[in-house]
Amino acid sequence: MPAWLGDNLVTIVDGVAFGVLLFTIAVGLSLVFGIMDVLNLAHGALYLVGAYLAVQFVGDGQAGPGAYLLAGLAAVAVGAAAGAGLAALTRPLAGRGHLDQALLTLGVALVVGDLLSARFGNDVQSVAPPAFLAGSVSLAGRTYPSYRLAVIVAGLLLAVAVFLLIERSRFGALVRATVADAPMVRAMGVDTGRLVVAVFAFGVVLACLGGVLGAPVLGAYPGLDERVLILGLVVVVLGGLGSVSGAFLGAMVIGQVEVLGVSLLPQYASFLVFGTMAVVLLARPAGMLGRAGKPG
Amino acid sequence: MSTATEARVAEVRPALPRVAAGLALGLLVLVPLLVSSNVADMLTRVLAFALLAIGLDLLAGVGGLPSLGQAAPFGVGAYAAALLGKHVTTVGPVQLVAAAVAGAALAAAVGWLLVRSRGTYFLMLTLAVGEIVHELADRWEGVTGGSNGLAGVPAITLWPGGAPVRLAGVLYWYVLAAVLVCAGALWVVSRSAFGRTLRGVRDNEERMRSLGYRTFLPKYAVFCIAGAAAGAAGSLWVTQARFVSPADLGFEVSAMALLAVVIGGRGSLWGAALGAALVVLVREELSPQLGGRGPLVLGLVFVAAVYLLPRGFAGTRLRPGRRRPGPVDGPGGPPDPPDPPGDHPGGPPDPPGAR
Repeated sequence: MPAWLGDNLVTIVDGVAFGVLLFTIAVGLSLVFGIMDVLNLAHGALYLVGAYLAVQFVGDGQAGPGAYLLAGLAAVAVGAAAGAGLAALTRPLAGRGHLDQALLTLGVALVVGDLLSARFGNDVQSVAPPAFLAGSVSLAGRTYPSYRLAVIVAGLLLAVAVFLLIERSRFGALVRATVADAPMVRAMGVDTGRLVVAVFAFGVVLACLGGVLGAPVLGAYPGLDERVLILGLVVVVLGGLGSVSGAFLGAMVIGQVEVLGVSLLPQYASFLVFGTMAVVLLARPAGMLGRAGKPG
Repeated sequence: MSTATEARVAEVRPALPRVAAGLALGLLVLVPLLVSSNVADMLTRVLAFALLAIGLDLLAGVGGLPSLGQAAPFGVGAYAAALLGKHVTTVGPVQLVAAAVAGAALAAAVGWLLVRSRGTYFLMLTLAVGEIVHELADRWEGVTGGSNGLAGVPAITLWPGGAPVRLAGVLYWYVLAAVLVCAGALWVVSRSAFGRTLRGVRDNEERMRSLGYRTFLPKYAVFCIAGAAAGAAGSLWVTQARFVSPADLGFEVSAMALLAVVIGGRGSLWGAALGAALVVLVREELSPQLGGRGPLVLGLVFVAAVYLLPRGFAGTRLRPGRRRPGPVDGPGGPPDPPDPPGDHPGGPPDPPGAR
């Protein structure tokens, strides 16, 4: 077993890094769905916006941390604006059913994706990691890019921050209360409209930041938006809608399935993700950490 | 309004949709005589896509199960037809039936799990299935030819040993006949007691359950029927294109089919066919003229359709009045009009009524 672990440690760590990136997508999807009942199919496109922001500000050459900071700040600004815009767009459709909202966000995703490929072309754009993380470290006798370790650390910090914000703060208590029973929260005198905009913006900012963070690992190319969206959806379904810890657990599982699974069983790659999802849903229809009775 | 006029209106009303349906059908049959072969080819693809949309409308509009992965059975049918055509038989109807069976088989395999979910969960799960089948088509190179797809599918024959059908017009007629048969079957399903059960499940599953219906079975059955329709549509698509690649079962195809349903008006079936025509025309005709910005145009159509056509063609009345309030948050959108004796899938919906 230790030999097997030694052989695959690098892959496992890769899976953790990928899972952390998936978490940044999934938590926004999950919260937006939980609080607004909106399936935001534009979420993957907004991840890609973040990735292209990194391409724009950092590029392929060596860049200092300043460029990354700039890209991150831009991601926060763009993400907040896009999130508020999406919240405003989906607002009039509240109560029209999930299909209309899904189609609307899908339309937005197509438009954003096409504008991005018009601006940046159809080739894979790579982004260099910051100079001080460009090297590699030794991991169980093998070299491993330090940037990916940094992604894991940053992602874990982000996850902890999100967890504290949603599960421990007053804002988070309001969000969770709105997920559980929005009319009651309104009756208590809370403006759920503003809360909804805030959550939407927060989720999209996370996706954009994820894009910046992930750009040196996954690059940026047309089609990446779809890939992360689909995997993000699977994560959300696995973890349970509206649950931050569920999204984290689901992201870790899917990260391993996607990276370790594909490396061990390349022939069955397509089935692994769906197989995992099928098994979890058969055992727990509301997701691993979802509450029964709120299956969407 | 005098009783005499009322009687006249009552007589005319059922006739109108039939006349319109007859006219539309006549026009559809005459098309190859009126247009060039390129246009006939495109209309053939419109017909195949319309069948996909009609099947999806039965699933989403009548059954309340909006699928974002209908490209999966469509693609399975397309690959089944292409493989049969290349290796086994060029007889078109055989390919059609085999593709429908293949589409239904896929739906049966995954639907067992999927139809237990509802609403957004169902959307997500069907989306995931669609992507996985897409990826499979891309990676399983030995069978599907990978990302290059399967080229050089031979032209179909109408019966064993018959001459290959190469004329665009004749091919169009064959596809038209096949689509009419399949769409007719779907229409019969939607009007049957089974279809009424589906509407009941869509509008209030709990009540249906408490009335003693097993709601899983009708949902599972309609999922398989829609899968069969999508498989058949895929085979007809290949019949015309004589080529299939993973792009034919991408997410965009599922999304376009769903868009066609929404534009057309959920639950009417004929509206979905109209919507399919519009969507394919936008993608194939309008986009190249706009410098290949296809996804951009399509995305804008999505956004516009959601805001401007909430009820679709079928639900849009020319005259306001007698608008049914209906449950606004039904998973499948507005409920169907009550079934008047003359309501016909090929014609306009029943007019606002005699008063």
